[in-house]
Amino acid sequence: MNLSIFTTKKALLGGLLVVAAGLMIAGCPSQQAMIGSADAAQKTYVAPGDYDEFYTFMSGGYSGQVSVFGLPSGRLFKVIPVFSQDPESGYGYYEESKALLHTTYGFQPWDDSHHPHLSQTNGVADGRWLFINANNTPRIARIDLTTFETKEIIEIPNTGGNHGSSFVTENTEYVVGATRFSIPFEPDMDVPIDSYKENFDGALTFLKVDQETGKMNIDFQMIVPPYNYDLARAGKGKSADWYFFTTYNTEQAHTLLEINASRNDKDFVAAVNWKKAAEYVREGRAKKMSTEYYHNTYDAATSMVVSTKKNEVLVLRPEDAPGIMYFLPTPKSPHGVDVDPTGEYLVAGGKLATVIPVHSFSKMLEAIENEDFEETINGIPVLRYEATIAGEVENPGLGPLHTEFDGKGYAYTSVYISSEIVKWSLETFEVVDRIDAYYSIGHLMIPGGDTKKPYGKYMVGLTKTAKDRYLPVGPKQNHPAQLYDISGDRMQLLLDFPTIGEPHYAQAISAAKLRPNIKQIYELEDNHHPHATKSVNNARVERDGDVVRVYMATIRSNFRPDNIEGIRLGDTVYFHITNLEQEWDVVHGFAIKGGQMGEVLLAPGQTKTLKWTPTRTGIYPFYCTAFCSALHQEMQGYVRVSPRGSDVPLTFRTGNL
Amino acid sequence: MKFLTTLSLISILLITGCGSPENDKSSAADKTPGSEFTAFELEHGIGPITEDITISTSDLEKIEKGRQIFDSKCAACHLMTERFVGPALGDVTERRSDAFIMNMILNPSDMARKHPEGLKMLAEYMTPMPFQNVTEEDARAITAYLKHLAEQP
Repeated sequence: MNLSIFTTKKALLGGLLVVAAGLMIAGCPSQQAMIGSADAAQKTYVAPGDYDEFYTFMSGGYSGQVSVFGLPSGRLFKVIPVFSQDPESGYGYYEESKALLHTTYGFQPWDDSHHPHLSQTNGVADGRWLFINANNTPRIARIDLTTFETKEIIEIPNTGGNHGSSFVTENTEYVVGATRFSIPFEPDMDVPIDSYKENFDGALTFLKVDQETGKMNIDFQMIVPPYNYDLARAGKGKSADWYFFTTYNTEQAHTLLEINASRNDKDFVAAVNWKKAAEYVREGRAKKMSTEYYHNTYDAATSMVVSTKKNEVLVLRPEDAPGIMYFLPTPKSPHGVDVDPTGEYLVAGGKLATVIPVHSFSKMLEAIENEDFEETINGIPVLRYEATIAGEVENPGLGPLHTEFDGKGYAYTSVYISSEIVKWSLETFEVVDRIDAYYSIGHLMIPGGDTKKPYGKYMVGLTKTAKDRYLPVGPKQNHPAQLYDISGDRMQLLLDFPTIGEPHYAQAISAAKLRPNIKQIYELEDNHHPHATKSVNNARVERDGDVVRVYMATIRSNFRPDNIEGIRLGDTVYFHITNLEQEWDVVHGFAIKGGQMGEVLLAPGQTKTLKWTPTRTGIYPFYCTAFCSALHQEMQGYVRVSPRGSDVPLTFRTGNL
Repeated sequence: MKFLTTLSLISILLITGCGSPENDKSSAADKTPGSEFTAFELEHGIGPITEDITISTSDLEKIEKGRQIFDSKCAACHLMTERFVGPALGDVTERRSDAFIMNMILNPSDMARKHPEGLKMLAEYMTPMPFQNVTEEDARAITAYLKHLAEQP
């Protein structure tokens, strides 16, 4: 422990000395000149005021959110609330945001987010949207990358554990969902659990993405055998019309899966021709099935979330649509299925396998053409293993999981049990380098490493346990991320930093590509919220029966109005607050004593609503929660709450106004 | 401790080695007021308006537009007859040139950090005036509205 801290300090000191020495000799080098030196500290040092080269989006796992880090510095920029309530911003507490978390199971305050995926154009990330799945109550969310805010959440019906999600096709035609836990399709089907084989089904869900707005719609679902569908990837280039899914539990166990789902030597990679499937759907081969799911979308003009309940879905069975789905036998309980930049190789990480099997897409097409089938399951032909396999990477370590690519002919596979990353050649399928991960690595991510054009410079390992990596903070440590330099022949560890929640997967995009699109304010001219107060002259309080609406404006450093009387017990009060600031990053917050919904933060130009049902009479102070100016401490007000039936008139004011 | 000492020595090296003009801006308050500005800038402010201009008050449509923008983006801080968050604006068009008012609206952050008049106002009112995302046309309309108000009996 002590030794490792000492070493880290020494390394940092050494790095700074080199920087300082360099300065004395050469004057003031540019950031570019400093990167490329052999020293890890220099390679990750981003000077104060300078910017990182990449934005990285990490899933939050059991936090339900997405966190945004810079690379190579590892600096945390933001946590974007997605599937869980966020008291810091008020997300999931203020009225407009609550509807985003609405499902057929009621309001969901939490979920488990796993796989973020950036929208793509021509097989590379385009910086428009970030999609991410919720595993527990199956959903997919879309984050708008002009504001870094969640703008849409859609529920995925007939699914239990939406794990193999949210991967997009190479032009974001589709986003995909896949059930990890097969379940009966009828939503309230009350059957014995051991009727699994008769009553349970698997579902793969294909959501069409509107190219202008990014809005998702469930186009169709495929009913597939009741296996566990684990991960997915769309093909690219020659394989762009296909999606690939890993399956495990082809044993169809429903208890003690640890043992019962690990019996078969091989499970499957499922290959689905989504383009052909969509054509079949257009031809009417899919059947309407009644179901229910919520689609919650943010309306940019009104800042309101519209929550719509949908009642049916189109389902396609492989037996009614020949030629769209095949199984590729793959050892053993495969986890990731990753497609190389050319679209030719499908790399499956068999988490219990002793080799990394690599399937060839062209061999797969050939085997389909030759009907080289072992058997057929529910209309799905099972191809012969030898017919599709391009090679097996020997000696990959224990428990290979996920693979990314550098675009220079190499693949990098994370290996969980032996806690390492192996680099291997896509030409020879031989391991050429390996490096330790601290500790128990899950996913890894190379910026662009899942696309047609990987950047090939950095790699991030997302590991499951920190143990002694940092100063201890109790029995539970935050999960680490490790940054590696992969620009040379050997992988080099550069940096190790803690993360938020449990990042499963991550995505990264060049800052130069994303930064120009990012908004600095919400323009007041475009604020069409039905309860906006766009001029202080309109600030007011209105009563309608037991409902009181406070139309409030904020600007440095006062609330309009700031004295309100005539509220009575039994009233429901809505504070509709508009931030009239139009300057970047000037944020106001609002909280009232005893308010049960927390606080709300307002970016410049935004309107948000906090609901309040006072429970006691008296004087309630409210104040600005975000330090906004030299007179921030003066930004406060009072609400008077009187008993039921009181005749205190409803009044409001700010100063003499 | 030794680590910290070495670290601070290095920091000094880094700071003194790489003083940039950016860093000097923060000491603008120490400078003799006005020394770095032209006579025009001293009178009319710094910003996109670099010529002495006279905004007409005959365009009633523009004045109405100015009123609307003022209500939404300025009225929270400015009254006409008394000091509020910012100065009273009823007589501002008599105290300041049209170009100065527009530069203050369009470039408030530089005005408050660098310009002697802006620095004076910041010291007096303590809250820096924000840029409220208005165009040059909007600023012209707001100025026309303020001039129109001042002309009323």
